[in-house]
Amino acid sequence: MSGVVLDGVSKRYGAVTVIDRLSLTIAAGEFVVFLGPSGCGKSTLLRMIAGLETVDGGEIRIGARRVDHLAPGARGVAMVFQQYALYPHMSVRENMAFGLRNAHVPADEIDRRVAAAADALEIMPLLDRKSTQLSGGQQQRVAIARAIVKQPDLFLLDEPLSNLDAALRMRTRLEIAQLHQRLGTTMIFVTHDQVEAMTLADRIVVLNQGGIEQVGSPMDIYLTPRTEFVASFVGSPKINLLPVTVEAAGEMTRVRLANGAIIDTAVAAADLPAGAMTLGLRPECIRPAALDGAPLAARVQVVERLGERTLLHVVLDDGTPIVAEDSGLSAVRPGDRIGLAVQPERAHLFDADGLGHHPAQRG
Amino acid sequence: MASLTPRRRRATDWTNALFVLPYLIVFVAMIVVPLAWGMWLSTTKSDLFGTEGFVGLTNFVRLFGDPIFLQTVWNTFYFVLLTVPLLAVLGLALALVLNRQARWAAVLRTIFFASTVLSVTVVTLVWRLVFLPDSGLLSVVTRALGGTPIAFLNDETLAMPAIAITTIWWCIGLPMVLFLAALQQVPRALYEAAALDNASRWRTLTRITLPAIRRTFALVIIIEVILQFQLFGQPQLMTLGGPNNATRPIVLFIYETGWRQWELGYASAAAQVLFAMILIAAMVQYWLSSRREAR
Repeated sequence: MSGVVLDGVSKRYGAVTVIDRLSLTIAAGEFVVFLGPSGCGKSTLLRMIAGLETVDGGEIRIGARRVDHLAPGARGVAMVFQQYALYPHMSVRENMAFGLRNAHVPADEIDRRVAAAADALEIMPLLDRKSTQLSGGQQQRVAIARAIVKQPDLFLLDEPLSNLDAALRMRTRLEIAQLHQRLGTTMIFVTHDQVEAMTLADRIVVLNQGGIEQVGSPMDIYLTPRTEFVASFVGSPKINLLPVTVEAAGEMTRVRLANGAIIDTAVAAADLPAGAMTLGLRPECIRPAALDGAPLAARVQVVERLGERTLLHVVLDDGTPIVAEDSGLSAVRPGDRIGLAVQPERAHLFDADGLGHHPAQRG
Repeated sequence: MASLTPRRRRATDWTNALFVLPYLIVFVAMIVVPLAWGMWLSTTKSDLFGTEGFVGLTNFVRLFGDPIFLQTVWNTFYFVLLTVPLLAVLGLALALVLNRQARWAAVLRTIFFASTVLSVTVVTLVWRLVFLPDSGLLSVVTRALGGTPIAFLNDETLAMPAIAITTIWWCIGLPMVLFLAALQQVPRALYEAAALDNASRWRTLTRITLPAIRRTFALVIIIEVILQFQLFGQPQLMTLGGPNNATRPIVLFIYETGWRQWELGYASAAAQVLFAMILIAAMVQYWLSSRREAR
């Protein structure tokens, strides 16, 4: 079990810099998720750690060893690929044993490890089948088993759930979490799916345009997003972002929306720079309220019933769309005119540079 | 409405058939009819003026007692044995070396494929200039190195290998291109997985690349067996089948019997034997490769 240190690593393709002097320390045994939109460099970063991409600058260390000049096979890592990358002409057993044979592990030890991994992932009955004869879910389990038998210092998982259907994805997600608990090995998991990131990670690394936007625990990321990008990327449905002007400052910051409505936030005004601000409100902080006395009035356009909660897609008088949340048994109907109440202690403000300012007790 | 359905379906079937009709006409007129005609001719005594009569299997009995024909069968097999394995192995080797995105690789791919577009006349002319005993390239080189030049095309044992070398040089482009196409179909992730599995280059070649392109390997072998069994132009232009019939292949025998000696029935029988040989060789190869795959 080894930690990973990325020290100022860079990656360039010609004139384009895809990773720019990125530094990150991952503790031994930690489950870290690289989260970001397509093209943010998260897979490239993972592949640099694996040795499948060269490093143009900086250092990568796994445990005490510097590895960025080593061949992929010499780094002590195992990787699960998005497309599984099982050897199609080999049986499941041969797929799992291939890496061990190359490392000249004794045959009885190979048999023991293959059996143990197959048992753990419940693929014993599949061992003598060709990998092409397996379903997507089974191939995924074999790919994970192939990684486990190598007993690596570090697991790398490159969007391993993206080819599975919704039900299987949830189940496999849970199994990966259990696997991490059982093995305790350091894992780096790449995804663009914030639900996977939130549910699996000890820490999430949010990446954008080749750099780190924020590193933190899932709830840190969710509750105190460092930037407007992080706030809008993490959370489903997306956070409501509304342009505002600061009206009055003090313990609470009072802001005015474009339509003139006044909203109180628990953000301490002393931290705020001058200039235009953006108010960030997650849907669950905006609840329907009686029209009289509510800070906002809106007309309901669409009501999405999700069972345990109801999402209300509403528009303010000036046409600004907002998503609010109500209980599962909401009586609100499309076309209703409703008031909206805002939880001041869950409001975020983002300055002109996109930097977030949060209520003092959480900031 | 239900009673109309079968009639409508029949009508649709007919319109579908119209799409295949143009090809079907060409196929029947150019392949099926000549094939059947050839089979019929092989059982007759015929010349260019017409058919004298049905002779049954007499032509075939005569063929298998004809030492020149039997030698052409051996020559053809020998030639196939010399060329096909080498074409497959060299084609694969070239493809492996040139399967990269560098400019030099693109240039070399073009150069190696260029010979394929030349006509047999040009190819044999070029290689005659190489093999000429007095002023050929090989003799000049041999003499420069202090040796005695060898008359490849006049030597019974060396003439066929010389034709094989010419043929390999001429035909290497197609296997190379087929293997290149196959290599580019192998998912890159497989090589990455192998790299992470600490596989050496040799292990990667034998355990990842070769199994992934084995269908193409079988295809190349079948195509080349069919092509090389039909050897004709090279010996016709380089050696005229000599010396002492050492390079006379079946097709040259068929050509000379049919068009020089005007024995069309006898030539047709030889053509049927060649057809059967190609068919059997291709089927055996197909059977072997599909059996290996099923295992």
